Amino acid sequence: MISEQAKQRMRDLAARYPVARSAVMPSLYIAQQEEGYITHDGLRAVAEAIGLTVDDVESVATFYTMYYQQQPGKKVIKVCTSISCYLRNCDALVTRLEERLGIKRGETTADGNFTLMTAECLASCGTAPVLQVNDEFVENVTLEMSDALIDEWERELRGQEPGRGQASPLPYTASPTGS
Amino acid sequence: MPELIVTKDIDAPGLDTLDGYREHGGYQALEKVLKEYQPDDLVELMKKSGLRGRGGAGFPTGLKWSFLAKNDKPRYLCCNADESEPGTFKDRMLMEKNPHQLIEGVIITSYACRVTTAFIYVRGELAMAGRQVARAIDEAYAAGYTGKNILGSDYSLDVIMHRGAGAYICGEESALMESLEGRRGYPRLKPPFPAAVGVYGGPTVINNCETLSTIPAIIRNGADWYATFGTEKSKGTRVFCLSGHVKKPGNYELPLGTSLRTLIYDEQYGGGILDDKQIKAIIPGGSSTPMLGPDKLDTPLDFEAIAAAGSMAGSGGVVIMHEDTCIVDAVLRMSEFYRDESCGKCTPCREGTYWLTEILHRLEHGHGSQKDIDLLLDICDNISGKSFCPLGDAATSPIVSSIKLFRDEYEAHVREERCPFKREGLK
Repeated sequence: MISEQAKQRMRDLAARYPVARSAVMPSLYIAQQEEGYITHDGLRAVAEAIGLTVDDVESVATFYTMYYQQQPGKKVIKVCTSISCYLRNCDALVTRLEERLGIKRGETTADGNFTLMTAECLASCGTAPVLQVNDEFVENVTLEMSDALIDEWERELRGQEPGRGQASPLPYTASPTGS
Repeated sequence: MPELIVTKDIDAPGLDTLDGYREHGGYQALEKVLKEYQPDDLVELMKKSGLRGRGGAGFPTGLKWSFLAKNDKPRYLCCNADESEPGTFKDRMLMEKNPHQLIEGVIITSYACRVTTAFIYVRGELAMAGRQVARAIDEAYAAGYTGKNILGSDYSLDVIMHRGAGAYICGEESALMESLEGRRGYPRLKPPFPAAVGVYGGPTVINNCETLSTIPAIIRNGADWYATFGTEKSKGTRVFCLSGHVKKPGNYELPLGTSLRTLIYDEQYGGGILDDKQIKAIIPGGSSTPMLGPDKLDTPLDFEAIAAAGSMAGSGGVVIMHEDTCIVDAVLRMSEFYRDESCGKCTPCREGTYWLTEILHRLEHGHGSQKDIDLLLDICDNISGKSFCPLGDAATSPIVSSIKLFRDEYEAHVREERCPFKREGLK
């Protein structure tokens, strides 16, 4: 379900741009925020807010990799595998994450907690290897760090279940530096 | 340490806030411009400064501004902050740490080009950079630096941040405009160029994030001051993004014309090669630029000298590979990038990048033949210059340059029917 509030935000965006159609991409982000991925309801809400056909909106949504076509895990881990991270052994990091999570790149764990993806150059080459979890950076990642991160995320996700304590903060927060 | 311009005070606490930016001279350039300059004067000033685009092509900024078509259609500015060239990580830093500097550059450029709506296209993956830019825009509106009648003048400007959503191709200017208009990021045929027919059909100026971030300092200190940095044809400083097998990777702002050797080996910058090994190959301007051998270490990092050495200054992403690097595997990795990021519009690029990757894969895994090496070059020849945009050309750069420099290594993979290199685990 796309909320009325979300639909209103889409209509506001359509009015904000010189041409309404430019609001397609930000509106798709709103739809994704509502439902976790791009659903048919999401496409229809965007199409109605902007005045396009559902097919037209879908053609945009399927071009860009950040619009998910299926429900991702609660933690979406993206490991950069482009040249600078490659030179700093990102492949060993991907393998370690695959082993720890019991899934291959591109897959989601059966409990719906983790999705593991590889990403193209994430503009963090000076602090390679790098990964993002739910779009926030973790830089200069070692294998030990990746183990600790998974432990921490698992504790955090268990903490979100009813009757458990609050999740503790991440041990390695994203550094704002690019250098 | 030479004088810093675009990264001056970059680590000062609070620089990313409006107050912090103002404490470091922020928005003084905008005030000066609105009081003392007519738009056309600024175009001349920028030509005099010698500033050239920091996105990849190195086109003179003032000249670009002067090319805007003179008609009655609304004009637009697009800031290209879709940083995704492998090996490049400067715009992310500039947006995260000093977003107001970029906003001030955007407003000044919009005034100079008589633009009434400016867009900042921020790469989708750079979530924090996007948040910083969005917040800075809100603060600039609230403080009267943008919006209606800026600082009491009769100039009004609307600034809109637009987030990308995962497509390298949108860093190409015509694909960026398509994306901004709410479409798939397919490049447009040029001409017409954006200066004539751009966003929504209006004359459009498209400048890179670092280029725009440099403009407030040029206004504050003057074009002559800026032109004292760098070389005769490559003025000023630029942020070099140093990565790969160096001891101290990172962003280093240096005058254009500084040698590769200084950037890589000087203790203040790269500090030398990991484990003091030998350099094997250098990518001087992002993965789309041809690689160079260690014999080019004394090349000055400016547009002309890098071109003379056989490559391009590109986006300033300097990637270093040492002696233990398997060139075939590294080139395979870069080819996979272009295969995945080809938008699919033009056949030579869509099919060619796929086959290049397949052939490199079989070579790397010991299933290739001698003929495959020439087949790679033949496919590159069939891609280069035969598509709408430069993505296909870029895909051929690492392959053609590496076969030229390291053909023996490709042949060793064929001869030994395996990769002669071993890879160590992550340390």
